[in-house]
Amino acid sequence: MIPAAVDYVLADSAEAAIAALTEAGDEAKLLAGGQSLVPLMRLRLATPSVLIDIGRLDDLSGISIDGDTVSIGALTTHSALEHSADLAAACPLLAHVAAQVGDPAVRHRGTLGGSLAHADPASDLPAAVLALGGTLVASGPGGSREIAATDFFTGFLESALGPDELLTEVRVPVSTGGWCYQKFNRRAQDWAIVGVVVAEAGAGVALVNMGSTPLRASGVEAAVAGGASAGDAAAVAADGTEPPTDNNADGDYRAHLARVLTERALTAAGA
Amino acid sequence: MTVTETPFTGGIVGKPRLRREDPALLTGEAKFIDDLQIPGALWLACVRSPYAHARITGIDTSAALAIAGVVAVYTGEDLADAWAAPLPCAWPVTDDMKNPAHYPIAQGKANYAGDIVAVVVAESRYAAADGIEGVVVDYEPLEAVVTIEDAETDRLVIHDDCGTNVSYVWELTPEPDAVTAAFAAAEHHITETFVHQRLIPTAMEPRGVAAVPAPHNGDMTLYSSTQIPHVLRVMAALTVGIPEQKLRVIAPSVGGGFGCKLNVYAEEILCIVLAQRHGVPVRWTEGRTEAAGSTVHGRAQRQTIELAADADGKLTAVRATLLADMGAYLQLVAPGVPLLGAFLYHGLYDVPVYSFTCKSVFTNLTPTDAYRGAGRPEATYAIERAMDALAVAVGVGQDEIRSRNFIPTEKFPYDSPAGLIFDSGNYQPTLDRAKELIDWDGRRAEQAERRAAGSTTHLGLGISSYVEMCGLAPSRTLAALNYGAGGWESATVRILPTCKVQVVTGATPHGQGHETCWSMIVADQLGIDPDDVEVLHSDTSISPLGMDTYGSRSLAVGGTAIWMATEQVIDKARAIAAHMLEANADDLEFAGGTFSVRGSPDKEVPLAGVAFGAFTAHDLPDGMEPNLQAQVTFDPSNFVFPFGTHIAVVEVDEATGAVELLDYAAVDDCGNQINPLIVEGQLHGGIVQGIAQALWEDAAYDADGQCRAANLADYLVPSAAECIDMKLDHTVTPSPSNPMGVKGIGEAGTIASTPAVMNAVVDALRPMGITDITMPASPMTVRRAIEAAQGGSA
Repeated sequence: MIPAAVDYVLADSAEAAIAALTEAGDEAKLLAGGQSLVPLMRLRLATPSVLIDIGRLDDLSGISIDGDTVSIGALTTHSALEHSADLAAACPLLAHVAAQVGDPAVRHRGTLGGSLAHADPASDLPAAVLALGGTLVASGPGGSREIAATDFFTGFLESALGPDELLTEVRVPVSTGGWCYQKFNRRAQDWAIVGVVVAEAGAGVALVNMGSTPLRASGVEAAVAGGASAGDAAAVAADGTEPPTDNNADGDYRAHLARVLTERALTAAGA
Repeated sequence: MTVTETPFTGGIVGKPRLRREDPALLTGEAKFIDDLQIPGALWLACVRSPYAHARITGIDTSAALAIAGVVAVYTGEDLADAWAAPLPCAWPVTDDMKNPAHYPIAQGKANYAGDIVAVVVAESRYAAADGIEGVVVDYEPLEAVVTIEDAETDRLVIHDDCGTNVSYVWELTPEPDAVTAAFAAAEHHITETFVHQRLIPTAMEPRGVAAVPAPHNGDMTLYSSTQIPHVLRVMAALTVGIPEQKLRVIAPSVGGGFGCKLNVYAEEILCIVLAQRHGVPVRWTEGRTEAAGSTVHGRAQRQTIELAADADGKLTAVRATLLADMGAYLQLVAPGVPLLGAFLYHGLYDVPVYSFTCKSVFTNLTPTDAYRGAGRPEATYAIERAMDALAVAVGVGQDEIRSRNFIPTEKFPYDSPAGLIFDSGNYQPTLDRAKELIDWDGRRAEQAERRAAGSTTHLGLGISSYVEMCGLAPSRTLAALNYGAGGWESATVRILPTCKVQVVTGATPHGQGHETCWSMIVADQLGIDPDDVEVLHSDTSISPLGMDTYGSRSLAVGGTAIWMATEQVIDKARAIAAHMLEANADDLEFAGGTFSVRGSPDKEVPLAGVAFGAFTAHDLPDGMEPNLQAQVTFDPSNFVFPFGTHIAVVEVDEATGAVELLDYAAVDDCGNQINPLIVEGQLHGGIVQGIAQALWEDAAYDADGQCRAANLADYLVPSAAECIDMKLDHTVTPSPSNPMGVKGIGEAGTIASTPAVMNAVVDALRPMGITDITMPASPMTVRRAIEAAQGGSA
């Protein structure tokens, strides 16, 4: 539990962080809330040469609602999402999912941008942003660009972010239609064994921990759009997935859970 | 001696009192091993085998030695001559028990993943951690023995010098022919096989050690996060080969143990030897993931239990057969752990004949040893699960089958078929009260309604009635079991000149609240404020005699020693008071901290006056020594036998297999209670720890002997969020074996709760034809059982 030696840079602006990233290349890691990165470093599973601490970039934190769009700074903590009255009104699904992450200590340190950039298929928030059809904003040396959530998650713990890019903002549409998050785990603080996020009464459906990335369940979405019952739509929830095996579940059981939980989520969301 | 009520009249004992230990613990002021500031200390880090079984063909330390801050690297060969003896096993349960030599650093072969193959000594913890990455070990991996069934075959023998993987076979069958006859004549013959998975004890504070040598005189102070500073002192002195009086052991604040710190570990011995060698302090703090492989595990056995019963379900014989996993080596008391349950496989039921056999084997896994309850949870699980099966076979309720078999109250003290004498008991009221608390009849009706309605959320009710033997232990009994030490406990009670009191105890707390309880006992006896009683412990220089804390022994043995010492102090004070009052000692009353002459209320002297008089010694009776002090070593005449009934209500989601605990009632009897608040706390923690075995915790290993649950993300210790409010109540049946009438409560919750929950899970699923679920009852395990019962897949 003793991390390897690492250089530390405290960034005082997004530009400075990007400059430091550009200079250090692949060996650098951005440190936001540290709730995923620091445990990996303590186990020496991650050994970056330099940590660029963006934790004090206050302008990257906050929630604003403009028309049909909710814009959330990448450094906004899960706790802030959980307790925002504005978010609860504009996108109650996201506020609820944020409240299911880890435990209170994790939620006070962990950030939305950190969770998305970490791209863990077992995390709650990536699937929520997928189901909501969100957009991510990345800044690099050449300026900023938008990345659709559907294009963002490229592999296990891998995202479309370039090595010199910083995730600055997450945008989701205002979404007050029927929603549900079915998170199945054995202890409240744990990652989901399987999770199912349903937004807008089944127009958006995403799966947690059913593959190497967070997955959009497009088959379920199509079935719902075609008027299928919750049960019939849920029957295809695991189709085409390659769910992982661990102590809690093998792939077959995960597929079974995905179907059961999808039906429950669709029903609760009024699909 | 016979106790029918409490001897306490001071109004302090028996009332809830907040723990005096807690402010320091809750504010972070308490000093644990890792908090100690030790100038000039070197840090130890251990290179551990990543393989469960591998030959060590070479170790290259050169890269490690080149790392800045690394002072030295030692292999097993380097330190081969450093030990006076191998690491100790103090419980050779049979004369022919196989006990492979176990040294702090492996030589030639690693026998489990976590076995130490080299150590690094460095100027900082970081340099030490870097150093272990620089040690290059060449391994030749060997096939590993991972299961007890595989071990038993001797297909592959782990320790060549033992010639077998079987460490010992221990049998207790007082009347073999009678057992055979009882099963031959039985109307019902129940045979059940259960598996206790390996558990990782998971104290909140991992282990830690610091050995601090004195500069000149050869003295060594060993700080360790241990439950047993006294036992450790003796064993470490013998293992290292230094004179016992040169070794002082201190256990600072210790963040829990649950049995896993009832041991003598390689790292303790290594720190002493390396501190001697380098002439400076050497310290080590265990990491959490490291702890999962290097600190002992618990449970790990397969048990077959057979019940013989007549047509009414009245038991006529019980036979239990165990296959137990010792792991790669025998740790301090590991062989004796199954024996602590050996006498209890008939539970609290009146059974005429009895048979128990345990075979223990070596595997290429982390060594096992005591874990909260140590043998008694296993025994209780077997009998309580089997009693449910018997109830089904006989066609009566799970409550009725127990009532028919409880040892009748008039039979106490009860000569058990295993050869124990159960001190006192009154079992039926605990079952009655637990049923009342849980609304047994209402829940049964709800269960029937759900079943009738075809609900897919199934309700299950599970009973666990238990008795356990604790208060370890009569020294003569331990001798009969080949245990290498006694079971006494020591206490000194000293009244200071200003009538403040020092209590010195050999019972070493690691979270129990001894200071609070001991001060309550003494204050109640002396008629003073508990805050005026100081309790000293956990340092062999302050408290040189002790047998420490495990086996729910502290109150029944250590507390009794304190009670007796206080009585002796009062007797001496009474003689001095009589001299001061010019009265006959027999005419004095002592109440509220004052001696008075019966019938002459104006003739009185407070204890404070006596204490000061004993200190000045200006006018003591002829021949009397100054000061008020007594030292007592108490060796109990018997174990104590707490009992009770727990009932769990669970809901099983058929679609997912998820088990949810809906309600839990526990009615326990630990005799007279000193501090009901601490009794409650022990039950809360103990019950959850037992439920954790039923539903969550599993030190699962893969076929190569790698632990798949070596961190707290994969090893599912429950948190507060998984707990429910429990309904607790108690009855009071004092023990006649000690003057306070007390029993033990530290392990009772863990002993009782696992079978209560598993009986409830099986009860929920029994209509599907399910009769057992392997622990832990994880959602996938339960779902698979449902699918199998329904004859198809999901």
